Amino acid sequence: MTTKYTEDHEYIRVEGATGIVGITAYAQDQLGDIVFVELPSVGKVLNKGDEAAVVESVKAASEIYSPASGTVIEVNTALTGEPGLVNQAPDTDGWIYKLRLTNPAELDTLMDDAAYAKHTA
Amino acid sequence: MRYLPHSPAERADMLAVIGAASPEALFAAVPAAARLAKPLDLPAHSPEFLVEAHMKALAARNHAAADGPFFVGAGAYRHHVPATVDHLIQRSEWLTAYTPYQPEVSQGTLQMLFEFQTQVAHLTGMEVANASMYDGSTATAEAVLMARRLTRKDKVILSGGLHPHYRDVVSTYLDNSESLIRLPASPEGQGDILNQIDDDTAAIVIQTPDVFGHLRDVEKAAEAIHAKGGLLVVVVTEVVSLGLLEAPGALGADIVVCEGQSIGNALNFGGPYVGLMATRKDFIRQMPGRLCGETVDADGKRGFVLTLSTREQHIRREKATSNICTNSGLCALAFSIHLGLLGEAGLTRLARLNHARAVALAKALRAVPGVELLNNSFFNEMTIRLPVPAAPVVELLAKAGILAGVPVSRLVPDDPKVENLVVLAATELTTDADIEMLADCLKEALQ
Amino acid sequence: MSMNTQGRPTGTGSAAAAATGSSLLPDEPLLFEIGDTEHSGVDLPEVTVGDDFLGGFRRETPLDLPGLTEPEAMRHYVRLSRLNYSIDSGMYPLGSCTMKHNPRLNEKLARLPGFADIHPLQPVSTVQGALAMMDELAHWLMTLTNTAAVALTPKAGAHGEMCGMMAIRAAHAARGQGHRNVVLVPESAHGTNPATAAFLGYAVRAIPARADGTVDAEAVKAALDPDVAAIMLTNPNTCGLFEPQIIDIARAVHEAGAYFYCDGANFNAIMGVVRPGDLGIDAMHINLHKTFSTPHGGGGPGAGPVVLSAALAPFAPVPFVRKGEGPLALVEHAEGHHLGRITAFNGQMGMYVRALTYMLSHGGDGLAQAARDAVLNANYVKARLGQVFSVPFAAAGPCMHEALFDDSFLEGTGVTTLDFAKALIDEGFHPMTMYFPLVVHGAMLVEPTESESRQTLDQFCDVMLDLAKDARAGNAPRFTSAPTRAPRRRLDETRAARQPRLKWERPDPLPQAAE
Repeated sequence: MTTKYTEDHEYIRVEGATGIVGITAYAQDQLGDIVFVELPSVGKVLNKGDEAAVVESVKAASEIYSPASGTVIEVNTALTGEPGLVNQAPDTDGWIYKLRLTNPAELDTLMDDAAYAKHTA
Repeated sequence: MRYLPHSPAERADMLAVIGAASPEALFAAVPAAARLAKPLDLPAHSPEFLVEAHMKALAARNHAAADGPFFVGAGAYRHHVPATVDHLIQRSEWLTAYTPYQPEVSQGTLQMLFEFQTQVAHLTGMEVANASMYDGSTATAEAVLMARRLTRKDKVILSGGLHPHYRDVVSTYLDNSESLIRLPASPEGQGDILNQIDDDTAAIVIQTPDVFGHLRDVEKAAEAIHAKGGLLVVVVTEVVSLGLLEAPGALGADIVVCEGQSIGNALNFGGPYVGLMATRKDFIRQMPGRLCGETVDADGKRGFVLTLSTREQHIRREKATSNICTNSGLCALAFSIHLGLLGEAGLTRLARLNHARAVALAKALRAVPGVELLNNSFFNEMTIRLPVPAAPVVELLAKAGILAGVPVSRLVPDDPKVENLVVLAATELTTDADIEMLADCLKEALQ
Repeated sequence: MSMNTQGRPTGTGSAAAAATGSSLLPDEPLLFEIGDTEHSGVDLPEVTVGDDFLGGFRRETPLDLPGLTEPEAMRHYVRLSRLNYSIDSGMYPLGSCTMKHNPRLNEKLARLPGFADIHPLQPVSTVQGALAMMDELAHWLMTLTNTAAVALTPKAGAHGEMCGMMAIRAAHAARGQGHRNVVLVPESAHGTNPATAAFLGYAVRAIPARADGTVDAEAVKAALDPDVAAIMLTNPNTCGLFEPQIIDIARAVHEAGAYFYCDGANFNAIMGVVRPGDLGIDAMHINLHKTFSTPHGGGGPGAGPVVLSAALAPFAPVPFVRKGEGPLALVEHAEGHHLGRITAFNGQMGMYVRALTYMLSHGGDGLAQAARDAVLNANYVKARLGQVFSVPFAAAGPCMHEALFDDSFLEGTGVTTLDFAKALIDEGFHPMTMYFPLVVHGAMLVEPTESESRQTLDQFCDVMLDLAKDARAGNAPRFTSAPTRAPRRRLDETRAARQPRLKWERPDPLPQAAE
């Protein structure tokens, strides 16, 4: 299991052929209280860089761009009632959607933990 | 000049503080080619009494509704507005406040909007309402766009009973899209809108009472469109009718839009008016316009704020649900105060009174030889067929001081089927003498 | 993700205890908590009506609308009103909002029965004075802008933008240029500009701002191609600066076959001094509720007439007044290239009366003086504050009608622009526009308008300087806990958005005590 990061502060945690996407702790801190998450629909086919979801704070809406290509197989419906999970536990309960990866090689272009830590330093 | 506080000496002092040599120096960035060589050819400033005289002379050339018997409706209605309403809305704190973006110093406007939203929700029988739109027609166009976003379908069908001007506004907003079906005007209350619904239909739009005064079956329309996965938009242009007629929300409407002018607002030759928009709770994220919500302040005291703003243009920019920004705040206040004065008891009485006056009008019109009443049902408005083209008759009556309604040909030009039709409204202000005078003069005009 | 952190922060600040409220500003319960469905403040005769004409649709759902008698209503709405700030009670330094004095003569004349009590569909022969009034207003607007036509009906600025951009779309279609699907929008634009372009189906292409806060003609030229339908540009721009290259930009836009839409929200700076038509603009909306003193009313109604160049005049929407031999005509149905209706009736008549009254009061000379005073006042504020506050585009020279500051003067103080603005409330002033334009960090945009006297401007500047001094002296709590002297302290906007309560709900009845 590895986690990779985009420059735009999405993470993707890879578990076999599945990628779990969310925003980083750094991102949620920058955005402030998340009040709404617009989830993608299950079955949606995404290319890397496509707009996949939207997280909203009170005064800003930020698009989530898919870190990798694939098909959405599950979304975190808990966020509908409790969007604050993105703030409280961005890496775990605050995940946004799961993707069946169609081009795992793309992941090589993303940052690893060390590179992302440097990116946000 | 009475509105400008600075004396020439003060201006000179201030320029010195700024360090500018002359007033013109402040406009240094304006390209020379764009600077005016000489003053514009416009009248010079004028004392208050002369401005007043000029405007009064213009106003005097108009025939005000109160100047004689008055039966004009078709989307705007002459009702009595209590003196309290106009007094209150002219208070500085309501009239000259900005949009309540700073909630700590705008709780008056915000609480009023919260009350307004609740009133509109109750009136329409819907779960939520927004803080107003420009007017009923633009609210209808926005409702159509909202239904398309919600259903991700394109086709929209407009009933033949929808006000022709509203149909035009929707067409303009949708750039005359081919997926917009406009059924022909239906002055006899006929309608085949339900047969036109298919799986691609995002929404149907029906009006009740419709532009010809007929009451339409909202429940049947809701069943038909819901069976095909579309939404029902119900338009009400005479909002007083909701004091007597069933709430569209109780009959299955998904989005209800109203022209709210009838309550609290003058005719004003067409504006400013106030659009009402109400819908289901599940749809709020696709609803355009401002929303006010309840919360608490840092001390835990109840307070109100504009909320869910991420739908709006100042946050979402090109991804906003609508570009609407300024709405009809003060007209919404007038609506809310008037409705707060009426209450359930008063609105019910007002609605009954309107219907009773219309029944009297219908009776009198039917007694005029050659006049045919087209309505089996109505609230306070109806359509009659004359034996001759209607527009010249209405013009003739206007010369006699009677504003006898709207010739349908004015709304639907070049259609021989409607040429002889007139739409007439009665309200609580319509007297027996008005009706008698109309009937007598109409009889004479048709002889 | 698009880390959109441009919006202002929204915390409720520190929870330091502070006294709020006073005996003159009691909290007012909701209408629904004081009224009931039996009371009414309107006397009406009681009539019964039969079901003969009701088609079986008589209402069964309770209205559940509380009523108040007249004294109760008066008190409810007067008490609520006192929780509001207003231009009549103090300065509103809101940049890009033009909160100027609202003359009461406007209100008086808008209520003349000959204007207020006329119906949009009564015979045209009975409203000749109204049409003449509209024609006179149109004449003033066209003269002030040097344009060929004006569409009066848009209901507000954003509606005017929509109308102007629709006219542009129609003009392209008529010329066989319907494929043009891109609109250029500078980054400093109002949010309504990209929203309007997108609303009409255009792709938005952003033009970056130059280091001096203005739009670079070269950047516009580089972005122009055969797909561009129009540019939407605000002038004076949202940084308070006159666009020095605007004539070059207009020329380039026209050479590329596109049109020039100007957002007229800031027309107050130049009315009677510069005519937008001379700059090459094709369409511009004018906010009568900003420039021409019609009241904001707590968020509307506005009015947004759009002036149009000769090229776009044939595409104005109906209805409009036509002058010819004999009586004035009202053209109500689209003919030729004209757009259809954008609103049911004749636009904001009540606002036309107020605006024309204001124009006649000022005259052409007074309007120009008002613009000059608005610019003078903004530059005075900038000069007095500029020693302490950071001015992002100082090199650009004088500002127009609004002065822009950024938050670099607050660096290291622990005080944000939001905190600073909220502290201004405690000193009796409405906050300035914050965090807009987006091109400046922590922006504070101050538009004093011509209505403010030198004394008021000095008071405002003194307060601003005192606050800045205090912030830098390390007194952050004064700011982070502000406001403490307003009817409410900071409100929890997160809670409002996470659990929306958008209407009053009847509280659950108390549970019955077990017997």
